[in-house]
Amino acid sequence: MTMNRLVSSRVTQLAALAALATLSLTACGSDPNSANASGGAEPGSSANASGLGCPAGKLSGEGSSAQANAINEMIADYNAECGDKATIEYNPTGSGAGIKSFYNGLVDFAGSDSALKTQAVDGVVEADKAKERCQGNPAWNLPMVVGPVAFAYNVDGLDKLVLNAETLAQIFNGTIKTWNDPKIAKLNPDAKLPSANITVFFRSDESGTTENTTKFLKSAGNGAWKDEPAKAWTGTGEGKNKSSGVAEATASTKNSITYIEWSYAKDNNLSMAQLDSGNGPVELTGESVAKAVSEAKVKGTDNDLSLELKYSDTQKGAYPALLVTYEIVCSKGLAPESTAILKDFLTYFSSTDAQKKLPDLGYAPLPSDLQSKVQASVAAIQ
Amino acid sequence: MTDTDATEKVQQEHTAADDPSLSPVVDHTEAHLHSPVPTVLHHEHHEPAPAPTPARPAERAPRGVKLAKISRTGDRVFRSLATTSGLAIVLLVLFVGFFLLALALPSLRADQDNFLTSRTWTVAGNELRFGIAGLFWTTVLSSILAMAMAVPVALGVALCLTQYLHKRVSGPVSFVVDLLAAVPSIIFGLWGLTVLGPFLAPAAAWLISTIGWIPLFSKSVDPKGSVFVASVVLAIMILPIVIAISRDVFTQTPRDHIEAALALGATRWEVIRTAVLPHGRSGVVSASMLGLGRALGETIAVMIILTTPPQGAPFTPSIFAGGETFASKIANNAAEFDSPSKTGAYIAAGLVLFVVTFAVNAIARIVAERGAKS
Repeated sequence: MTMNRLVSSRVTQLAALAALATLSLTACGSDPNSANASGGAEPGSSANASGLGCPAGKLSGEGSSAQANAINEMIADYNAECGDKATIEYNPTGSGAGIKSFYNGLVDFAGSDSALKTQAVDGVVEADKAKERCQGNPAWNLPMVVGPVAFAYNVDGLDKLVLNAETLAQIFNGTIKTWNDPKIAKLNPDAKLPSANITVFFRSDESGTTENTTKFLKSAGNGAWKDEPAKAWTGTGEGKNKSSGVAEATASTKNSITYIEWSYAKDNNLSMAQLDSGNGPVELTGESVAKAVSEAKVKGTDNDLSLELKYSDTQKGAYPALLVTYEIVCSKGLAPESTAILKDFLTYFSSTDAQKKLPDLGYAPLPSDLQSKVQASVAAIQ
Repeated sequence: MTDTDATEKVQQEHTAADDPSLSPVVDHTEAHLHSPVPTVLHHEHHEPAPAPTPARPAERAPRGVKLAKISRTGDRVFRSLATTSGLAIVLLVLFVGFFLLALALPSLRADQDNFLTSRTWTVAGNELRFGIAGLFWTTVLSSILAMAMAVPVALGVALCLTQYLHKRVSGPVSFVVDLLAAVPSIIFGLWGLTVLGPFLAPAAAWLISTIGWIPLFSKSVDPKGSVFVASVVLAIMILPIVIAISRDVFTQTPRDHIEAALALGATRWEVIRTAVLPHGRSGVVSASMLGLGRALGETIAVMIILTTPPQGAPFTPSIFAGGETFASKIANNAAEFDSPSKTGAYIAAGLVLFVVTFAVNAIARIVAERGAKS
């Protein structure tokens, strides 16, 4: 009996230790601000070169994980400029969860890969709910981060690959099965294409990247993509968990292709296909993406800047496969202290200095005309 | 989460094993008969005494000696505390069941497909079509496969620790085994994805080429993210639980039985076969079932390893195919629960997992009980 008790208590202790280790691990992982807490300018230099007010207080946001790297960097830089006066937190839980937390009043702003929906889903109209949360004032969608979608592939000896939306749609829905398919060969007359089967990797979790990629395929693919754009993948292939899983799978599997955020493709040294939207092949760069964004039409009224992206018939040198992440904010009605920090932070975020840093992180900067609109909207927040 | 769950289960099992009235897992009565333990006798003397009666001759004190007053306050306080804890855990489980049912029902009503037999999962639009057949298959297949791999090894380790190794060696080895339980499941998952998957790929290819005509081993697309790899990782994860409990059960084999067997000329293997294994059978069964329960609910490791087949892919029973388990599906999509009907669909899947785990534990109880009686 005593032996048994001794042993069992040891097991329990160890297991408890295991649980503790897991807890502390997750705790480390989920604190977005721990890395940003250090460094920066001396406190007291409140009015600085960038013309920031640097109010003190706390601001919290939640939502899209697509912009997580960008906004975390921005928070760190803002804190450095302001000497850590304000505490800004961003929790990348996903667009849907972020919007929900926003209209339930749990966070001060949301990050989302799509603008607030104005039609009812499940009896919930996101825009109306958000208006309610802002005490009757409309919520605005402010485009802040442009995340290009890369079509990354892993084929030996294929340095340059040109694809168009129609071919991509056919690869992704399983119509084109091998790399040396005539449709691919026609776009790449000089390339040596293998006869191997194409392995498509897709995001097994629901994601804004999937939604925006399928939007692009649907509207630019000449009818090759039949399904409605959705967060859950409806094409063919093998599902992997999150962007990291898809990137890892593509990097380790020969003759594979996937759609993925630019930053992940860059970090994993994956080759990226060039897009031919009718005016010749276009490489994925900050400028080519900004060019495509500048063709977008502003759908929102007043200072709401929700965009209608143009996916097909884009001008020469534009790369239209992209997703825009909006910061969703109250035009009015947030607590005054939070409003002050929010305005100040977004002023910094939309500044040329800040946007200039985005390409290094795998995002494209806002085109200048849209940038000035965003700046005007930020200034109009009350 | 799963780590703490497992801890609780192990803990429960141990407390149960200590108390003969709670658990039939270990044959205590037999043990008591064969080993004269004075504490137990003492204990039994205490039980029938209804109240302190001063008239009993045995308790009359000699002159000049003062007897301490027997206080029952501690008894009462502890009893009520223990009862409250017991009630609280029952209420908690009932509450979880009720919560799952309440959130799942609206979505289940709106489901256009048969919830139990459909393999589609379309929960985004206004029309819900979802079923758990695919999830159920992958969950049960991976868990049973994991158990089939883990239990024989665990039995060997437990027997080695209790019957063969010297105490000085078995102590540290037990410690190492327990340490395995301290590895977070995400580490197992990453290891499975980056190391074990590629390592097992040739073995999988060989199996496919030799016995691929059996549907269970038929060829699939991605050998690295298969149910097979996931269940090997699961097997490693449930090893410490099964080993720890089997070891405890085997150490309780009555000394007399072992000595009797030895006296009759039995070899070490015959001792194990005739005395140790029969004594520990029901304990090993419930240990395996606990491990199975853990494997059924494991989330992160499985989610990282398994490749997900696309919507509408034809069903394949192969262990070299990918898939999604209840837990991995829910965890994978938890970030995008943006409408109550979608959330409800996932919670309905969670409800099935709850029921399956409940059934597994119930079976474990029944088997253990039967083992104790025979």
